[in-house]
Amino acid sequence: MARIVLTRALRKFADGEAEFDLEVGTIQALFRELSTRYPAIKRHLDEGVAVAIDGQIYQDALFEPIPPNAEVHIIPQIAGG
Amino acid sequence: MATALKFDKPEGDYQWIGTRPLRPDGVDKVTGRAKFGADMALPDMLVGKVLRSPHPHARIKKIDTSKAEALPGVKAVVTAVDFKELPHELSLAGEMPINYRDVGRNVMARDKALYEGHAVAAVAATSASIARKALKLIEVDYEVLPHVIEVMDAVKDGAPILHEDLITVGVEPAPTKASNVAKRVEFAIGDIDKGFAEADVVVERTFDTKPVHQAYIEPHACVASVSEDGQAELFVSTQGHFIVRAHCAKLLGMDIAKIRVTAAEIGGGFGGKTVVYLEPVALMLSKKACRPVKMQMSREEVFKATGPTSGAHMRIKIGATRDGRITAGEAELYYQAGAFPGGPIGPGAMCAFAPYDLENVKTVGFDIVTNRPKVAAYRAPGAPISEYAVESVVDEIAKTLEIDPVELRLKNAAKEGTRTAYGPKFGKVGLVQTLEAAKAHEHYNTPLGPNQGRGVASGFWFNIGGETSATININDDGTITLIQGTPDIGGSRASNAMMAAEAFGIDYDKVRPIVGDTSALGFTFLTGGSRATLANGVTTREAANNAITEMCKRAAKMWEIPEDAVKWENGHALPAGDNAGKFEPLSMAQIAKMAPKTGGPIAGHAHINVQGAGPSFGTHIVDVEVDKETGKVDILRYTVIQDAGRAVHPSYVEGQYQGGAVQGIGWALNEEYIYGEDGKLQNAGFLDYRIPVASDVPMIDTVIVECTNPSHPYGVRGVGETPIVPPMAAISNAIEQATGIRFTELPMSPPKVLKALDEANGG
Repeated sequence: MARIVLTRALRKFADGEAEFDLEVGTIQALFRELSTRYPAIKRHLDEGVAVAIDGQIYQDALFEPIPPNAEVHIIPQIAGG
Repeated sequence: MATALKFDKPEGDYQWIGTRPLRPDGVDKVTGRAKFGADMALPDMLVGKVLRSPHPHARIKKIDTSKAEALPGVKAVVTAVDFKELPHELSLAGEMPINYRDVGRNVMARDKALYEGHAVAAVAATSASIARKALKLIEVDYEVLPHVIEVMDAVKDGAPILHEDLITVGVEPAPTKASNVAKRVEFAIGDIDKGFAEADVVVERTFDTKPVHQAYIEPHACVASVSEDGQAELFVSTQGHFIVRAHCAKLLGMDIAKIRVTAAEIGGGFGGKTVVYLEPVALMLSKKACRPVKMQMSREEVFKATGPTSGAHMRIKIGATRDGRITAGEAELYYQAGAFPGGPIGPGAMCAFAPYDLENVKTVGFDIVTNRPKVAAYRAPGAPISEYAVESVVDEIAKTLEIDPVELRLKNAAKEGTRTAYGPKFGKVGLVQTLEAAKAHEHYNTPLGPNQGRGVASGFWFNIGGETSATININDDGTITLIQGTPDIGGSRASNAMMAAEAFGIDYDKVRPIVGDTSALGFTFLTGGSRATLANGVTTREAANNAITEMCKRAAKMWEIPEDAVKWENGHALPAGDNAGKFEPLSMAQIAKMAPKTGGPIAGHAHINVQGAGPSFGTHIVDVEVDKETGKVDILRYTVIQDAGRAVHPSYVEGQYQGGAVQGIGWALNEEYIYGEDGKLQNAGFLDYRIPVASDVPMIDTVIVECTNPSHPYGVRGVGETPIVPPMAAISNAIEQATGIRFTELPMSPPKVLKALDEANGG
């Protein structure tokens, strides 16, 4: 099971949940599962977030594998100047 | 494809990477051949000019363009009614999240002018003088409204409201009244109350910074040509021509395929050329006139109508134990976004404490609109502001505890495994190496004279990858044309050509790198976020591998042996082993010459959403001397130490370090927008908006630390953002050492320094 951690901004769309364990194989599966459990979060996931899997940040990478014991953080997208 | 590519080990002996060949665009630039934004000219071209609001905040009741349209020589006039009103739609199409409704309203004011300089109409005429005359004939009926310029004035009760429908996001329960606070963000780990309770010393200070402009030397410029059948071409100075295409298609309601955008050579951008201002207007004027239209901004327009970075008000609180262990950090950040929401408050909040391995952190940020131009990205957007404040307080903690500031940072430095305030743990990062290099550097250990001070500060930026395409064409003679989609701002053609030469095992001068237009290759995100060399390295390597695989196939066919019996070494195909047969190696030229007879042209392509960006940390050392009679601060010596991952072309890495430091020096000492009570900008020119010139700064020394990025084929991290993060705090810390005064407001310009000195002396 991967450990999923939401930023404070997203928690309110997940019934206040901050961390939970999920069996998800990819970022796409993670988003699908989160959107099913917490429909209010879907819009924010669709608008663009980054996903850090064991510290490595991925942006717009739906098919990136999530290892079984990974620590996964959903954070704001990052750009630059 | 969207995966962090794990290549063969990034360490290794390279033929080209790490060397310093001449840049392929150098001769054109020093001889004047290079075509910048305003250098393009087309037959029957018109001149476009923009009418801008003289008011910082006004309702536009009516615009009458009839007299302008009747002026001989005027071929088109546009106002907001020529552009379709777009609904709210968030996108990361630029460098910071944008709302297309706001982009449209920024390009051409619709019902309100929200800052002095806001575009309200534009004309295209046969000459610049006719265009200027036509602007004067446009009658705009304004209802002038109260304005608000300063960020903390904008959050006061009773402040003029810019957007009557702006409800703060991120606050529970959601407010019921509109305000100028667009968003609240929060990041936290641990328990800061517990952390502060464990501290022996706590320092809390407030800081203020001013908006500063990227101050690119080349003003915005473009040439648009829309034909009668709706096909459009655009030649433009931009950091991202694919993004310009996307924005213009959206704003004009055009098919993306009908717009072809060519990126001009660019005279600086630093984040400020990642958005559109003139481009959609030029296209609309050209569409109406059925003639090409050139538009270019004056320097005054650049200052008044394009985005600087945010000014801010901040409260920082840090606690530490007597032995120098930081137990808690707290930041409250108020960033002004300009006329529309979307300042860099998110990254500002995320980066504030990034250089530190802390258990208890809380950062809260607010995105606030004011009657100024909408902010745009500027190197490491948001990070220099918050990290300036944090690094100033860290210095004060060091002074209070009588611990060397580098030692204090080493004691608390972020490293592999450190959990960030925004959640994830860092992978391999090089902050400790930069601090160790600083401590050991001769600069750090050289005695200072009277009225002199030395400051240090560290800085962080994430770096990014993103969608990137590359095409490599193998020419008949075995040379290579390498087409990249990222406009070349800092030498990316050189670094990309070096990585291609490395991949093929051929000479650098056999590779001709060019920036392709939007029809030449797949979508490519802009040059920004320190991503160009990192992302191009991945796609160029992939495209090269594809071309090499094809050349090995051709060799196998010619030798009539299995494809897997051919390998590639040093620019040649050769048998993989003795069992494959005895054949003389085939060069690229030999394979390419035979290409028509062995299957046709040979090329390699790659289209990748590049992941695997590696964060970059830097540490700066600066010596200053303060003239106590005038308040002038001189930079005596400056050393930038930064982790590059791998420096593909060290000269251009050093150039990025030096450029970031110099821009930071300007931010620290002189640069600020000065507004009058009337809400109008008073220093919209380089005479009064003082950026550093060569005589203001010493040679900036650099130390390249190479803590390679394990997720990149050549170990690249990205280097362009981080070097602008530490200078403001480093200089402030140096001034504190020289004067004993802790400055908490930027810029630390002579009048402010002199005033503080006088006050300290009881004057």
